[in-house]
Amino acid sequence: MGLKLSRWTVTRDVVVGKAEGAGPERLLDGSVILTRLEAAVNWARKYSFFLYPFVTACCGMEFMSVAGPRYDLDRFGAALPRFSPRQADLLMVVGTISHKQAPILVKVYNQMAEPKWVFAFGVCAVSGGFYDNYSVVQGIDTLIPVDIYVPGCPPRPEMVLDGLLLLQQKVKQERWSDWPRGEAPVSRC
Amino acid sequence: MDASVTLKKLTEKFPDAVVGTHNYRGDDTAIVKKEKIRDICLFLRDDPDLLYNFMMDLTVVDYLGRDPRFEVVYHLYSLPHNRRVRIKALVPESDLTIDSVVSVWVAADWFEREAYDMYGVVFAGHPNLRRILLYEGFEGHPLRKDYPLKKRQPLIGPVN
Repeated sequence: MGLKLSRWTVTRDVVVGKAEGAGPERLLDGSVILTRLEAAVNWARKYSFFLYPFVTACCGMEFMSVAGPRYDLDRFGAALPRFSPRQADLLMVVGTISHKQAPILVKVYNQMAEPKWVFAFGVCAVSGGFYDNYSVVQGIDTLIPVDIYVPGCPPRPEMVLDGLLLLQQKVKQERWSDWPRGEAPVSRC
Repeated sequence: MDASVTLKKLTEKFPDAVVGTHNYRGDDTAIVKKEKIRDICLFLRDDPDLLYNFMMDLTVVDYLGRDPRFEVVYHLYSLPHNRRVRIKALVPESDLTIDSVVSVWVAADWFEREAYDMYGVVFAGHPNLRRILLYEGFEGHPLRKDYPLKKRQPLIGPVN
């Protein structure tokens, strides 16, 4: 495998836009053609997220209302939920993840093709929420790398849309060499 | 009174197994020793005056500091006679097994698995006694009174 696992850092340490690896694009880095191409590809990616709503709990109700007509997800291009990880690129983890559910989440994440982003929806996905007990995973960033954290129990739809806009800004700043990142650190499943 | 027919017949049939009975607020309750629990349940289900054919619940209570520490509680309901009874079987911590009543009521299957998962009570004769709510690598039995609140489990992930 030509990919080094050390490229995987915890999400809060990743600085998007800094190209670390050596590759042919480094020679052309900063050239007009490539930056225009990157901008075009990022534009296409950020305005057409294919969601995988991994809904387990009450936040699912709020997800449904975000996808509904009043707080529309469709106007941001993120309308079509794909319930197959092979066809999706934005994994929205909506609701509490218990220890029994954790391997399933990691398996779904590993089955998604890159580029892929993870959106932690609600405090249960961000940090375990108010379930500080024996059965709940205290934050999904212990399992998979997360791009956007949206707190709330459940978050207001406006907060979710704000999170989606932040994700779009993040995707806009990405470079060619950010992808592919390789397998997630957890691959025991 | 119609309500105490159960307790009367139970104490007549099993005088040495029944430790005590009471009828607090109209709920018939019998506290029994765990050795003959299967015979008691068969009698409750098959006797024509009693006919407790519906197992409503099976759970365990942990009285930490008392011996016997655990009580396995069975809530039964009789559909033909519209009567309820509660059977509490005393289980000490030193001998944490009790006979399974799956052969009497099939509904007891998952209840007993949950009781095993949460308290560690082993049900002898259960066809498939393994954890039902928690994952397989879980250490301990969380609903016991001496399980620490913030204990962390071996998490599946790089950061614990």
